[in-house]
Amino acid sequence: MAKTILAVDDSTSIRQMVAFTLKGAGYEVIEAADGQEGLDKAKLKTVNLVLTDQNMPKMDGLTLVKTLRGLPQYKTVPMLMLTTESSDAMKAQGKAAGATGWLVKPFDPNKLLEVVAKIIS
Amino acid sequence: MTIDMSQFYQVFFEETAEHLASMESLLLGLDVDAPNLDDLNAIFRAAHSIKGGSGTFGFNDMIESTHILETLLDRLRKEELKPTAEMIDVFLQAGDALKSQLDGHQNGAAVDQEKVTTVCEKLKSLAENKEIAPQLTTDAAPVTHQEPPVKSPESDDGYGFFMDIEDIKKQNEPDPGYGFFNTDSTEYTAKNISQAHGSENTNNSQASPSNVKDIKSGNRSAAAAPNPDAASIRVSTEKVDQLINLVGELVITQAMLSQTASQVDPVVYEKLLNGMTQLERNTRDLQDSVMSIRMMPISFVFSRFPRLVRDLASKLGKQVELKTIGEGTELDKGLIEKISDPLTHLVRNSLDHGIESPEKRTASGKDTKGTITLSAAHQGGNIVITIADDGAGLSRDRILTKAREKGLAVNDDMPDQDVWKLIFAPGFSTADIVTDVSGRGVGMDVVKRNIEGMGGRVEISSVQGQGTTMTIRLPLTLAILDGMSISVGKEIFIIPLTYIIESMQPRKENINTISGQGKVVHVRGEYLPLIALHEVFNLKPDVMEHHHGILVILESDRKKIALFVDELVGQHQVVIKSLESNYRKVPGTAGATIMGDGKVAMIIDVVSLVSMSHQQAA
Repeated sequence: MAKTILAVDDSTSIRQMVAFTLKGAGYEVIEAADGQEGLDKAKLKTVNLVLTDQNMPKMDGLTLVKTLRGLPQYKTVPMLMLTTESSDAMKAQGKAAGATGWLVKPFDPNKLLEVVAKIIS
Repeated sequence: MTIDMSQFYQVFFEETAEHLASMESLLLGLDVDAPNLDDLNAIFRAAHSIKGGSGTFGFNDMIESTHILETLLDRLRKEELKPTAEMIDVFLQAGDALKSQLDGHQNGAAVDQEKVTTVCEKLKSLAENKEIAPQLTTDAAPVTHQEPPVKSPESDDGYGFFMDIEDIKKQNEPDPGYGFFNTDSTEYTAKNISQAHGSENTNNSQASPSNVKDIKSGNRSAAAAPNPDAASIRVSTEKVDQLINLVGELVITQAMLSQTASQVDPVVYEKLLNGMTQLERNTRDLQDSVMSIRMMPISFVFSRFPRLVRDLASKLGKQVELKTIGEGTELDKGLIEKISDPLTHLVRNSLDHGIESPEKRTASGKDTKGTITLSAAHQGGNIVITIADDGAGLSRDRILTKAREKGLAVNDDMPDQDVWKLIFAPGFSTADIVTDVSGRGVGMDVVKRNIEGMGGRVEISSVQGQGTTMTIRLPLTLAILDGMSISVGKEIFIIPLTYIIESMQPRKENINTISGQGKVVHVRGEYLPLIALHEVFNLKPDVMEHHHGILVILESDRKKIALFVDELVGQHQVVIKSLESNYRKVPGTAGATIMGDGKVAMIIDVVSLVSMSHQQAA
């Protein structure tokens, strides 16, 4: 069965690009436009991987990761932060929140596939 | 796998335009002395998103300016910097520069590179100046207390994991065990993004716990940030127009069917007739819903005015507050585009000529700050937009003097209403000093023409010393019209219902001929020019005697005429078809429509008919 990925980004263009890329590679993709929507959708269906932006209205990516980690069904699901900021403090926060790793924006679609494949292939 | 990024460009363009617009309106609303953190966060997020998108889709020229902008905004929202009026100005200019760059990418428009460079320089100097200041205060202390950078010998991949990949995979396997981060700090991959992706990462400000709180509190209220299509889809206007066109055709077909069906025996064909009634109702509902797709809130136009008023007021040294009411009022997209320029002109006029200087206002006992109120509302089948200012009002004497200079026919006893209308005469301006804002004598006549071109009207009311109110009335849509069909000989014409005051059969003795000026008809104390439609279009009428036919009294621009026709046929909603795009402009007609029997009927251009007759009379 195809693996399902939750893509959370407030930027429609980037979200569509991510979804298009992943769908092209055979993944199922659920899209959400902010952290809150991401959380709601993640609760409806437990996904295999969460990709989230950091800076978003309503709920940011770190809070989303932290909240999801608190849910029993998301204890071990990999979560990747897609962020423009890759400072060490950001990474420390990401790690503390429970993220699995990070991918720096802007990224090439192929890079995204490569990283995703590394995690859930 | 290669992915064609250009398919996402259009979404990126629209999204960025939205971000720029919301950034501008937030900046304009920002109180420099007590900035709202939520707003600062929203402005930051807009700049941040634009940068992210520009980077992803390869619009590298937009990255530089957004990057500096983002850095400054980041420090503002973290309260490391205090906003200044100067900063807001530069931010607004940066927004303009980005808009022009965006336009360059989207429409191939020429980008004012010089302007972009200037703005970047200004932003840079702001960033540099202010970088020194906060470090002197204890506020900025946390910046230096960052975790020691973790060095990694690995090459930079632009991504990294906090644990071993195999562990992640293991964790991800059905075994529901707990997984922990490997706490070995060397797992961090310290890297410099600029090497890998050409995007600088000079954002050295670290998020301290208090900053995290700020981010959270900011993100709680995101009312200002546009929520991109949570429950909507983007569709090109061509598709919508095509849909409207098809529904128009459907309406015509339905009308043709009804007409045919009306001739059959209702007893035998009861079911058919019931079906026809149902079809008619469904068609009408469909038409209504399709038309509503093209409706947009007037805030699309109103939103440009805060900036305009701010820039203009500071240029003119005036203090002006802009109030907007009824921004949610919806009207047709075509009207939104067309009303924008006339409205801009009227707002500029109010600011330039209406609102007085602070000194003058104080002298006349008014608040130093003038107010311009823009409002929009539905009224019957119309949209009413008003632009009201509490300025000096129009000066009757000055307008009359100016009118005499221009050689217009005026007298001192003219009612105010007629005096105000003089400012719509071509080349009329009473501004004492011609500024580069307005008063060059172009405009008001064009404004009026544009509004009337949309089937609308503009009215003025003014009280000297208290202000002026301009009222614009527009139809809801340009595509459908309520009309009265009338016949002359074998031809059917449509008269837009909005212009019709009444229809009557005149008495013979009420019709008089004025030598050399044609005929007039006496209607309740008024003499109206009588125009025979068959003469205008050179037709052979069935009825020659006026008192055997019908006079339709029409009003446009407060002038009335009586139009002589054979008979009234009925009232219809008609779909307007452009004659120009299918044939050519025909004087006296505003377009055509297809009737229920499949015949083409001309829609009468009442405005030009009325003004033609009055020019002849004058």
